[in-house]
Amino acid sequence: MVVSCEQVWQEVSNYLDDEVETSLHSALEDHIRGCPRCTSVVAGTRNVIQLYSNERLFQLPMGFSWRLQRRLADHIRPQRGTVYGWLVAAVALALIAGSIGVANWRAQNPSSRSEMAQRGHGVPANLLVIVSEHSRLFHIKGCPFVHQNDNPHVETAAEAMREGYVPCVRCLGEYVSYVAVNFIKKTWAAV
Amino acid sequence: MVKAASDPDQQEKELIRRIQNGEQEKFYELIQPYERRAYTAAFAVLRNAADAEEVAQEAILKAFANLRQFRAEARFSTWLIQIAVNEARMRRRKDHPEIMQPMGEYEDEEGLYSPREFADWREIPSEALERKEVRELLLEALASLGSKYREVFIMRDIHHLSIEEVADALGISRASVKTRLLRARLMLRDLLAPRVASDWFSRAPFQKGSKPW
Repeated sequence: MVVSCEQVWQEVSNYLDDEVETSLHSALEDHIRGCPRCTSVVAGTRNVIQLYSNERLFQLPMGFSWRLQRRLADHIRPQRGTVYGWLVAAVALALIAGSIGVANWRAQNPSSRSEMAQRGHGVPANLLVIVSEHSRLFHIKGCPFVHQNDNPHVETAAEAMREGYVPCVRCLGEYVSYVAVNFIKKTWAAV
Repeated sequence: MVKAASDPDQQEKELIRRIQNGEQEKFYELIQPYERRAYTAAFAVLRNAADAEEVAQEAILKAFANLRQFRAEARFSTWLIQIAVNEARMRRRKDHPEIMQPMGEYEDEEGLYSPREFADWREIPSEALERKEVRELLLEALASLGSKYREVFIMRDIHHLSIEEVADALGISRASVKTRLLRARLMLRDLLAPRVASDWFSRAPFQKGSKPW
């Protein structure tokens, strides 16, 4: 088989990629060996392939990978179903439950309206008392320490304590002592 | 527990399967070897480093979002390059609809390309690519090609994809890939040979006794 220069130029790419049939390959080699121009074409094309074969020719812009990782991180949601995920969920639940518990406890045990005040103990819950808003105390009816300017109002001792009022040490101290003594007396008499 | 696959292709498939099943944080591990390819594919179309980076990153994010649609029988690298090329083409149409295509873009692919006649181009020293001016010369020559030749050349001769993979990635026939590749190689040879023959070796390290100082 004899080939022309034009055929060599048409096939040079396939020839260098070793994608021509054996008979054509031999014919091309015979022609190239005897043709300076086709030798130059083949050598030049081979050089081009060799020169560009290195991927390092294209350098990634500085910081490309870092910027990509940041963008990916924005798109990747936290993984589901892992131990870590469950742990996070459990901690979140515990925090929520704890917050609810504290809120309930605070509702049932409000902080005193006066920092120095002691909470009332032994005061009957249903006892009607007089609450002094400004002095943050509640009193037994008739206590001389209730001021009329103090906007007094009546409610049960339980309500007053729930709202953060504390008993007046004078009147309620005496009252509790009186009740306690009477209770002991009655009990003793019964015995 | 997942059994480790020994074949790199199998390892990649296993990695893809795990990401598809929810281990999304492993996506960067999958994409890292192909960052440069995505960038180069975008650069092949856009010829601008900043645009190429943006488009390459968009393409990678798109691949992440659509990984569930990836078919196991395809090669991930080809699929990614396909996305990058499509994204880059869309960007080019959107940003520069008026841009004239480079010379050679509308040339008849079927016509015979007649390579120019030069003095013999000697064998290239392997360290040539280490020189910045050589790299710039190669990139400049590549950028001057029409995009349809440049895209095929980059995928085939720089990324070493097969003819079939290039055809799949660009949505053209195998015959077109071969024709464009031939034309690209010959055009690059014609662009580089005269400069390489005159500049390259004459500007190579100093001859004995000819130091400039």
